[in-house]
Amino acid sequence: MAEPEKKLPRIEISERRCKACSICVDFCPTNVLEIRGTSCVVKDLEACTRCQLCDLRCPDFAIRVFD
Amino acid sequence: MAVAKQKLSVPFDYDKYLRKDKLPHIWCPGCGHGIVLKSLLRAIDNKELSKDDLCMVSGIGCSSRTPGYVDFNTLHTIHGRAFSFATGLKLAKPSLKMIIATGDGDAMAIGGNHFIHTCRRNIDMLIIVYSNAIYGMTGGQSSPTTPIGSIATTARYGNVEPPFDICEMAKAAGATFVARGTAYHTQELERTFTEALGHKGTAVVEVIDSCPIYFGRMNKQRGASEMMENIEKNGTFSVKQADKLPDEKKEGKLVRGILHRVERPEYCEQYDKLIVAKATK
Repeated sequence: MAEPEKKLPRIEISERRCKACSICVDFCPTNVLEIRGTSCVVKDLEACTRCQLCDLRCPDFAIRVFD
Repeated sequence: MAVAKQKLSVPFDYDKYLRKDKLPHIWCPGCGHGIVLKSLLRAIDNKELSKDDLCMVSGIGCSSRTPGYVDFNTLHTIHGRAFSFATGLKLAKPSLKMIIATGDGDAMAIGGNHFIHTCRRNIDMLIIVYSNAIYGMTGGQSSPTTPIGSIATTARYGNVEPPFDICEMAKAAGATFVARGTAYHTQELERTFTEALGHKGTAVVEVIDSCPIYFGRMNKQRGASEMMENIEKNGTFSVKQADKLPDEKKEGKLVRGILHRVERPEYCEQYDKLIVAKATK
C-alpha cells in the first residue's frame, strides 16, 4: 500500500527584508535553511518540523512558516 | 468580541502592527532589536490592546528607531528625554498605554536623571531598555553597561569602568515592576512583556541583546548567532534556576525573569484625586 503523501509546510521568505544575518540558519534544529547570496533560502523543505524557531528569532520580519 | 486565538501552526501576523512601507528596518544584520520588537508585538496581541490606545515614545539611538516601524501613536523625541515627554503625554491623556523604547546609553547615561525620577513617581508606563552594552548608532563607544575588559571605540585597551545594573537601579529608584529578559529567550520575553503590560505603575524591562557589528567585531565574537549563544544564553540564568545553581556558576552572570513586583499608588491617579479634592470645590 502506498504511503499517503506527506504534507509539506510552506516557508515564505521576503528577499526584500532579509539581510542574511544567518540567525535562522544557525538556530534551525534540522538544517532546513541556508544563505545564498544576500538572502536565506530553503535547502531541505522535507526536514522542516514546523518548530517556528526561525520565525520567532528572525530580527527582520522576513521569514514565516505556514503549516 | 474577542478574536479567537491563532493556532500554533499559523504564524503570527506581525504586519498588522507594522508600518510595512518602512521595512526593511535600519538595524544591522543580526541586531537583536528586531527580535525584541517581535516579542513586544506578540505580548500586545496577547493583551488584545487596540493600536489607538497605545503610544510608543523613544529618544535617540538604535533602539529608539522602534516607534518608526510600529503602527501605534508614536513620538520620537530628544536624547534621553523620552521619559519626560511620556510623562507629559500620560498626564494630558491618562487613557493612553505608554511604552518607552530606550537604549542603555539613552536611559542610563544621557537620560539617567529622567529615568530615576520616572521610576520614583511610579507613572503607569512600560519602559523597555534595550541593553546591548554599546552606543551602536554613533560608532561603538563604551556605554554605562559595557562590561569591564570589553573593547569599545573609546576603550581601545579594554573598559575599566564597572557597568550599571539597570534592574537594581530601577528597583532602588522605586519602579514597581522590574524584570530582565534576553532576545535569545524570545518566548520568555513575550511572557514578561505580557505581565509588564498588565501592571499598573512603572514597569522596567531590561532586555539583553547583542550588537554584532560594533560590540561583536571589537570583542572577537564570530557573528550574531554566536553572540546570542555566548552573551544571552550562557551569560544569564533564570530566577527559577537561581536557588539550584551553585555560586561559582552564577558568577559574572545576570539573572533573568521578573525580579521585583510591588503595588504602590500610581502618580496620575494620585494627581487626579488631588485635583478633584482641592481644585474643583
